[in-house]
Amino acid sequence: MRRLLNATVLIEILRPLGQIAVFVAGAGLILSALMLGMAVLLRGSTVDATTMKNYGVDLFTYTLVNLPQVLIDGVTIGFVYAAIALGYTMVYGVLEFINFAHSEIFAIGAFVGVEVLIALDNSGRLDGIPYTMAYFWLFLAVLAAMVAAGATAVAMERIAYRPLRGAPRLVPLISAIGVSFFLQDAIRLIESLTTGQFHRIIPTFGNFDQQISLASLYIVGTKIDLVMQVKSVIVIVSAIVMVVGLNYLVNATKLGKAIRSVAQDRVTANLMGINVNRIIAMTFLIGGTLGGAAGVLFALKFTRIDPFVGFFPGLKAFTAAVLGGIGNITGALLGGLVLGMLETFSGSYLSVFTMGAFGAEYKDILAFAILILVLIFRPSGLLGEQVGQKA
Amino acid sequence: MKKRVITLLSLFMIASLLAAACGGGGSAGPSVIKIATQSPLSGGQSAIGVDIKNGAELALEQLKKPLEDMGFKVELAPYDDQANPDTGVANAKNIVADPAVLCVVGHYNSGVQIPSSEVYHASNLANVSPANTNPKVTDRGYLEVSRIVGRDDVQGVVAAQFAISKGMKSAYVIHDKTAYGQGIAEFFKREAEKGGMQVLGFEGTEEKANFDAILAPMLSANPDVVFFGGIYDQASVLFKQAREKGYMGMLLSDDGYDSPEAINIGGPSLLEGGGLYYTTVAGPAKLYPGTAKFQQDFKAKYGADPKPFAAQGYDAMALCLKGIENAAKEAGNKLPTREAVAKAIRALKDFPGITGTINFNAKGDLVTAKYFVIQVVSADPAMWNDNKIDQTLDIAPPE
Repeated sequence: MRRLLNATVLIEILRPLGQIAVFVAGAGLILSALMLGMAVLLRGSTVDATTMKNYGVDLFTYTLVNLPQVLIDGVTIGFVYAAIALGYTMVYGVLEFINFAHSEIFAIGAFVGVEVLIALDNSGRLDGIPYTMAYFWLFLAVLAAMVAAGATAVAMERIAYRPLRGAPRLVPLISAIGVSFFLQDAIRLIESLTTGQFHRIIPTFGNFDQQISLASLYIVGTKIDLVMQVKSVIVIVSAIVMVVGLNYLVNATKLGKAIRSVAQDRVTANLMGINVNRIIAMTFLIGGTLGGAAGVLFALKFTRIDPFVGFFPGLKAFTAAVLGGIGNITGALLGGLVLGMLETFSGSYLSVFTMGAFGAEYKDILAFAILILVLIFRPSGLLGEQVGQKA
Repeated sequence: MKKRVITLLSLFMIASLLAAACGGGGSAGPSVIKIATQSPLSGGQSAIGVDIKNGAELALEQLKKPLEDMGFKVELAPYDDQANPDTGVANAKNIVADPAVLCVVGHYNSGVQIPSSEVYHASNLANVSPANTNPKVTDRGYLEVSRIVGRDDVQGVVAAQFAISKGMKSAYVIHDKTAYGQGIAEFFKREAEKGGMQVLGFEGTEEKANFDAILAPMLSANPDVVFFGGIYDQASVLFKQAREKGYMGMLLSDDGYDSPEAINIGGPSLLEGGGLYYTTVAGPAKLYPGTAKFQQDFKAKYGADPKPFAAQGYDAMALCLKGIENAAKEAGNKLPTREAVAKAIRALKDFPGITGTINFNAKGDLVTAKYFVIQVVSADPAMWNDNKIDQTLDIAPPE
């Protein structure tokens, strides 16, 4: 019995890791092949000539040379989306309700984390500290953000959603939009009262901004340095920990079992002695803490935040969750990675392939067009299962 | 029962008559003139927007005396356009609906000023712009709209010529897709190509945080200079991420970059390599000989040095007040019409503003406007006003 348990534990940790490897490699390979294929098809065309004129290399070389960096950028933003998407998917999985205020939970996490770091910086605790300490303080900031975001999410559920449980589905949705606006302006109000500033900048400390040289490749005579920022590595590693941890929690613990049973059939779960209200609050707590951590990671990667910072990443992460199959943890991961890569690929290559007619500004249009295509053929998302509508 | 209703009704009648009588008595006092300001008072660009309002407020306090002597009560009506065209237009409708408003000091963003001024134009309400540089602001030829700063079709040219004069051979142009940012980026591109520079890319983006996708092709093109047409809250993040990814060429932007907040967001890495420059139509207040007293008064009242465009806010208000005064005199010391005020402002000759002597041409542009190229030299936001002036130019608007 004990050995069996250990095996489950191991499987639940290894399975998502394997999935991540497959998804990253798969999405990366498919998109790379697509780009290179297009470059080959366009050989000798005006597009090729224009690239030659502007960059001094032909289209194929240009595509190939840029590919590794685009892949790295795409994977990084993909993991950010995945980390936020986990919160949407958790709540949807249990309540079949889209918590639109999750993007503000994310923003609250970002603000708490950044304010903690700014306070540390102002007190001089971040000056010239060794890297281990830098990581410790960052961890502390993430922890503070998780606590704040988790607490907000639970309070939000108690105040704005629980009284509406059992109401028609649109009602809590509207409530969520209201909470979203409320939280945005609450952040704005608190920030303008305390700091008087709109933008908050994460302090520069530790080695997070450094570039690590991964490898130097020689492709068709061009030397390419594969570089990655330390903070991108932190983002990816933390997101992986979050996905694996959540997967383990849901599939291999008693709490997870309770969550799954509430998701399956709330009434029967209640009859079986599960405190449904407590489990739903726990779901919001878990989703909220993950969202809060993602907020700090986002701030670390992109340096600047403002009270509306949650809106776009939130929208993208929601899309990622739908793309992957909402309610499905693995789906959120896959959706995030695919969307992140699609976006980065289209942003980086669109202007070259269209000779500047469509710039990077159209990246979202292309990414979402593909998303619509996917949903036409797989309405329940890439990994979604065909399930009957719950009452 | 019926009787009681009638009694009640007549009581109401008497009350409302009394109220009307009181109201009438009120209007016999000094008649109120309001001057509205519209600028972003909240949100990402509020640092500049608030100081435009403060500059105007200071001017109102210091210069309202002649109008008060004529028996008018002069008030400021500040509006927050949130740097958003929709909000700007909604405010503009409120402003024109208030008959006491005779002039608007307004807008930081051209994209907000252009639709809002359509509303002012329809009501003949004068609008003096302290900061809008898009050509379309005055090219529509509205009598109501005058501006006291330069134009983007000159500013973009100034930026491109500056880059060429520094020996830059290739440029990558990015803009924020607003009327202002895209406009100036296009003028930059045109002039750069005319001057023999290679423009390797021309991209627009509304992105605020993740510039990876824009930067990948930019980095592989490795241009000598990156030009950003837009506002600092976007430009600085983009510049910072470009430096983090190892771009060491020159960073160049426009007067939307002119805010101490810019370097606060961007950090010291922006000053490395090819350095960080911006062109502007409004230099730091200390550049203008007439602003010594303004700087002192501003600091005394608001506890901080005036940010860029605060002095222009002051002058825009001064023009409004003078225009209203002249129009009122013409009307025999009575409340002038909006149309008369608009005409009076445009007719002002050699008006001694603190940013220089102001004369308008037929379109409402300055007869000669000042343009500056400024190098950012310190990563400390408090030192923003001490940035190095690389070039100062007096240029007339194109015909």
